[in-house]
Amino acid sequence: MNTTQWTPDQPIVSMRDVHKSFGNLEVLKGISLDVRKGEVICIIGPSGSGKSTLIRCINALNDIQGGSIKVEGQEVHDKNLDKLELRQKVGMVFQQYNLFPHKTALENVMMAPVKVLKEPKDEVQERALKLLKKVRLDGKEHSYPGELSGGQQQRVAIARSLAMRPDIMLFDEVTAALDPETVKEVLITIKELAQEGMTCILVTHEMGFAREIADHIYFTDRGVIVEHGPPSTFFKNATDPRTQEFLSQIL
Amino acid sequence: MAGRRIPGVTASSATDLPVLLAVDSRRLAGNDPVGFCRWLAALPVWFWPLAAALCVLWPALAQAQSGYTYTEATRALFKWLPFLVTSGFLFNVVISVMTMLIGTLAGVLLGLAQISVHTPVRIVAKSLTQAFRNSPWLVLLFIVLLAFPFEVEIGAIRIVIPDWMKAVFGLALPIMANISEVVRGAVQSVPSGQWEAAESLAYTRTQTLWQIILPQCFKRMIPPWMNWYAILTMATPLCSLLGVEELITLSRQAIEAEDNHPELLVPFYTFALLIFFAYCYPIARLTIALERRFTVKL
Ligand SMILES: Nc1ncnc2c1ncn2[C@@H]1O[C@H](COP(=O)(O)OP(=O)(O)OP(=O)(O)O)[C@@H](O)[C@H]1O
Ligand SMILES: [Mg+2]
Repeated sequence: MNTTQWTPDQPIVSMRDVHKSFGNLEVLKGISLDVRKGEVICIIGPSGSGKSTLIRCINALNDIQGGSIKVEGQEVHDKNLDKLELRQKVGMVFQQYNLFPHKTALENVMMAPVKVLKEPKDEVQERALKLLKKVRLDGKEHSYPGELSGGQQQRVAIARSLAMRPDIMLFDEVTAALDPETVKEVLITIKELAQEGMTCILVTHEMGFAREIADHIYFTDRGVIVEHGPPSTFFKNATDPRTQEFLSQIL
Repeated sequence: MAGRRIPGVTASSATDLPVLLAVDSRRLAGNDPVGFCRWLAALPVWFWPLAAALCVLWPALAQAQSGYTYTEATRALFKWLPFLVTSGFLFNVVISVMTMLIGTLAGVLLGLAQISVHTPVRIVAKSLTQAFRNSPWLVLLFIVLLAFPFEVEIGAIRIVIPDWMKAVFGLALPIMANISEVVRGAVQSVPSGQWEAAESLAYTRTQTLWQIILPQCFKRMIPPWMNWYAILTMATPLCSLLGVEELITLSRQAIEAEDNHPELLVPFYTFALLIFFAYCYPIARLTIALERRFTVKL
């Protein structure tokens, strides 16, 4: 047990001077950021700037070479960390959905709580059906991922993560592989989640969406956070030339 | 309207622009996992009566040089036929089934060892797989024959190991190695996103492998597995070199019993060839049908 107990008024995710390299390639060069409970933060930046790597460090999908990442006060890159506990707390949704193709939508949502958390099946099923309804997929419970559109698959993926009852959700460019019409339905789902008070960390290229839902925006370039701030000031008064250039291209 | 023909390129009816056909690069590279079955299943229907006719007609062509007539040769074949099938070919089937059982079991274990997280395990499994996959089957058979004891003693009981059992072990080695590759290939064909999704849902590596990855590739493994069964069945006559009394050994003995007339060779061995093909043909058709279904589904 840690001696200093985490309390909800402290940052729920806290990164300090995080360094990450793939071989000789240093991808994160000292990242520090704090996320408070219930906050929605968006990470934007050019391709290859290390956004995916950054959020994958938070649930220990990537290891780090230096610095510290704490989730609810618990050091993520501690060797004795209970990974099951961390990953139950931190849900993640991917760009490519990554649903399990041999399982129906309902089974996809139910599998991890039943098999990993060993929760009773009927209880999980009830929760899973509610979640599928919440992401507006009632009626699709017994469809296989191959029978669903991209947007529908992505919403199943969101429900699958939520079934673990996480405290924090990570979204890595979850609309990047979708066609414009289906982007909206996924964004609505995320927005509702944020409004319910879920702590969300999003990597996104949807600037309008970021401006609308983010409490705080971080701009990364070549492994460092160049600039950050609440959307109101970030989009209007970006000071760094790299941010200005990026925004001028994308807006 | 139809223009020149370019190999590998066809013009669709709506346009005369050449359209590049979809090609499976694995097939082009000679790595078709169901290559044998693809060839066998593609044999035209008229192959069968033709081959059967050859059985009968060849002696007719040869009879000019000999007093022994083709009627006699054919009669000899039919006389021996029930014996050849029930004592000979059925034994080949038994050998192939037992070899496949042992080879699959060992191959699955070896294949899983090939994707182990422990580097030494992985290296050993990989070396074993490559060694047995690339050795001549006959050499493996002889090594097992000579290396294995003739009998084992368990306490006071002496068990004599028959040659056919050694042959089963010998053939199981290359099958094991090839199934090991089938397993490894199937596991590695699953996109890494599946591993990551499972990991982010708190699955351990072992849970991911057994609950997420293997169920997905099980179907994909069936066609190549059946392909290896067909290849193995065709290879069982190798056992005759160890003196195992399977179809080829018995055919030779039958020809000897019929005074070694050279006219007998072609009908007897063509019959052997035919019965192997006839046994494997439905397997090949099924393999190809399954392969089509599974590739369309995914
Ligand atoms: N597993 C890996 N092994 C080696 N290099 C990697 C690996 N993953 C990412 N990289 C490299 O790290 C850098 C940052 O990658 P990352 O995926 O974090 O960028 P990104 O900001 O998410 O880009 P995008 O917007 O294109 O998704 C890139 O140069 C990439 O090539
Ligand atoms: Mg990325």
